[in-house]
Amino acid sequence: MGSWGLVIALLALPVYYGLHDLIHGYQIGYLHGHPVIHHDLSQLGFNLLEGLSNGAIWALIAIGYTLVYGIIELINFAHGDVFTMGSFTAVALWGALGVTVTTGPLGLVLGLALTLIITMLVSGSLNVLIERVAYRPLRNAPKLAPLITAVGFSFVLENVGLVWLGGNPVSVSDLVRQGDKVFNISGVIVHRGDVLAIGLMIPLVLALNWFVNRTAPGRAMRATAQDPEAARLMGINVDHTISLAFMLGGMLAGAAGLVYALYETNVWFFQGFQAGLFAFTAAVMGGIGNIRGAVLGGLIIGIVQQLADFRLGAQWTEAVIFLYLILVMVLRPRGLLGEETREAG
Amino acid sequence: MSELRAQLNEWRAAIARRIPPAPWIIGGKWSRVLVALGIAFMIVLPFFFSTASGFMNATIIALAYVVMALGLNVVVGFAGLLDLGFVAFYAFGAYAVGWFGSSFFFDSHVSVLSSAPAGSIGIHLNFVLILVCAVIITSIAGVIIGLPTLRLRGDYIAIVTLAFGEIVGTLAVNGSSIHLGGGETLTAGSQGISALDLPYFPGVAKFSLLSLRPWYWLILTIVVIVLFVVRRIRDSRLGRAWIALREDEIAAVSMGIPLVRTKLLAYAIGAAFGGISGVFLGDFDQTVNASQFQFSFSIFVLSMVIVGGLGSIGGAVLGALLISYINYYLIPDVLNTVPHDFGLNFDLTDLSIGIFGFLLVLVMVLRPQGLFPEQRRKLELAGAVAAEQTELAEPSSGSVTGG
Repeated sequence: MGSWGLVIALLALPVYYGLHDLIHGYQIGYLHGHPVIHHDLSQLGFNLLEGLSNGAIWALIAIGYTLVYGIIELINFAHGDVFTMGSFTAVALWGALGVTVTTGPLGLVLGLALTLIITMLVSGSLNVLIERVAYRPLRNAPKLAPLITAVGFSFVLENVGLVWLGGNPVSVSDLVRQGDKVFNISGVIVHRGDVLAIGLMIPLVLALNWFVNRTAPGRAMRATAQDPEAARLMGINVDHTISLAFMLGGMLAGAAGLVYALYETNVWFFQGFQAGLFAFTAAVMGGIGNIRGAVLGGLIIGIVQQLADFRLGAQWTEAVIFLYLILVMVLRPRGLLGEETREAG
Repeated sequence: MSELRAQLNEWRAAIARRIPPAPWIIGGKWSRVLVALGIAFMIVLPFFFSTASGFMNATIIALAYVVMALGLNVVVGFAGLLDLGFVAFYAFGAYAVGWFGSSFFFDSHVSVLSSAPAGSIGIHLNFVLILVCAVIITSIAGVIIGLPTLRLRGDYIAIVTLAFGEIVGTLAVNGSSIHLGGGETLTAGSQGISALDLPYFPGVAKFSLLSLRPWYWLILTIVVIVLFVVRRIRDSRLGRAWIALREDEIAAVSMGIPLVRTKLLAYAIGAAFGGISGVFLGDFDQTVNASQFQFSFSIFVLSMVIVGGLGSIGGAVLGALLISYINYYLIPDVLNTVPHDFGLNFDLTDLSIGIFGFLLVLVMVLRPQGLFPEQRRKLELAGAVAAEQTELAEPSSGSVTGG
């Protein structure tokens, strides 16, 4: 069953809803008091597109899990909250830079670019700090210990967010007018938010891929992931390499935080909890330790989430995603593209 | 044979030397006297406080959390399976009292040995019967949560159990839209099931919402029974099998320990204690509200076990008391206004999750064995350090450790 079981489970929802739309049709509105029923796949296409945009955000977060797990086999539980802090920092920054809905296109692009860079640096540094304080002292402790400090740090960051912006979701200004139509692919309308989310994810992932595969520090990271002891003997500074992995993961989480704030136009101190779990599911689904797997898993989770939101009702989404997480664990713990690890044989 | 026996005796003596007796344990019959005195003190404790004192209220909740922590300690401490979804069993326990001890299922008219008169609306079972139901439900739930984790280790178990806990929480919230037929729903969602039956023991004690004393004695009885059971299980064949699995799964299995049964029993037994505590807490709160069943609850209980010392029964008890008192007495009742005294505009309760997070990090970094560690684990940690130091000092003779 293994991977095929997982593939079948993943295709079940889109295929079911696609067939349902084709055969039974779906209602798009009323004309002269009569319901108008369409029989095509554009509604499913809309779900898939929205799913890909969500998934782009999850993919950026999932890479952080996968980088860290690949090197030190630790679930960085606080990673979701680093993403939250990224969102909060971004909102505070563009406020400080004076970027508002009335800013002209050039100012908007420059302001957001600056916001993106600073947010990425802040989130990356926060992630490095967490590693330094909460994980490094426990590197030789039983495996339970760093996981617990990770949860502890996640709570601390949530409390910081709670004190910072209060307990309820805060809506932020829709700077990029994310709901505006950009173009139309055979009935599926692409919005600015979709272009932003996917358009930012792709270059970041390509840059990361280049860094990991083509540069000396990237090679050090891959070597450390394979065998920390041997890497150390070859003269690689393992501590620096681990910090680098946390830095890169945190930077991508910060970028995701900015995109999330622009795309959802609201931020919440607790957003990182769900986002972190979704992204972790994505990383495991793709095969933990594998960057391409994390992206693939992120996009899949985004689509599943969108289908569940749109077709079942948002209150069930969490349960559906977690059901998928358990399914992955049962059917193929190593994920779609992953190799065997010590954790999941 | 005699050589073997001599060798065995030598090992035994070596082990005895390495495990010093804990200073507070007084051997023989004196320990029993001490335990009896302790229990007697606990029994008369409520007479020193008013029937509705805030301290007694916190004590009752703290004792309920002792049961919860002892249950989680079975799974995480004894068997080494990191369970981050313990809230599921709290939920099942609380719903057991919601379902079988209130008029929630309004189509039924069942009353068994309960304070509700025969023929009244809903299912009304005696408190003890509800406990039994909760134990059955949570044990089954424990096995279900355990099954997908059997192939997994460490962090992955944590995530699967977390996912399970979240699914149960989601079901509880959305249960008000799951129809069971006849207008009845699975749960009351965030509305909460309220007006639960008070515990009813004919001729023993009369429970009311005004006097906390009967509630206190009830939970004290439960704690004493659970403590006894947990101690006996730990020292039994099953308990030793858990510890063996925790220490080295491959070695334990090759020694003939049945992996599946042992692990599933850990989940089931731990879950059952969580369910018992859930019944009590649900009834004591007089409401079963879906918004209570959040991930932070699992962490709350986990932090008790961790702070106390993983695998240590005394640690779980003291950790649960300590953290419950901090959360339910010290932070809201005693220290809540301290920030205002320093001119800061917030309550200390606003920081409670952060305080717990910080406490978890602090304890893990400074004292990973917990405040009241289990003897065995303390030795392991000390032993690991000693071995490492020996190795560093004399790299060529790394095998010479202990003695």
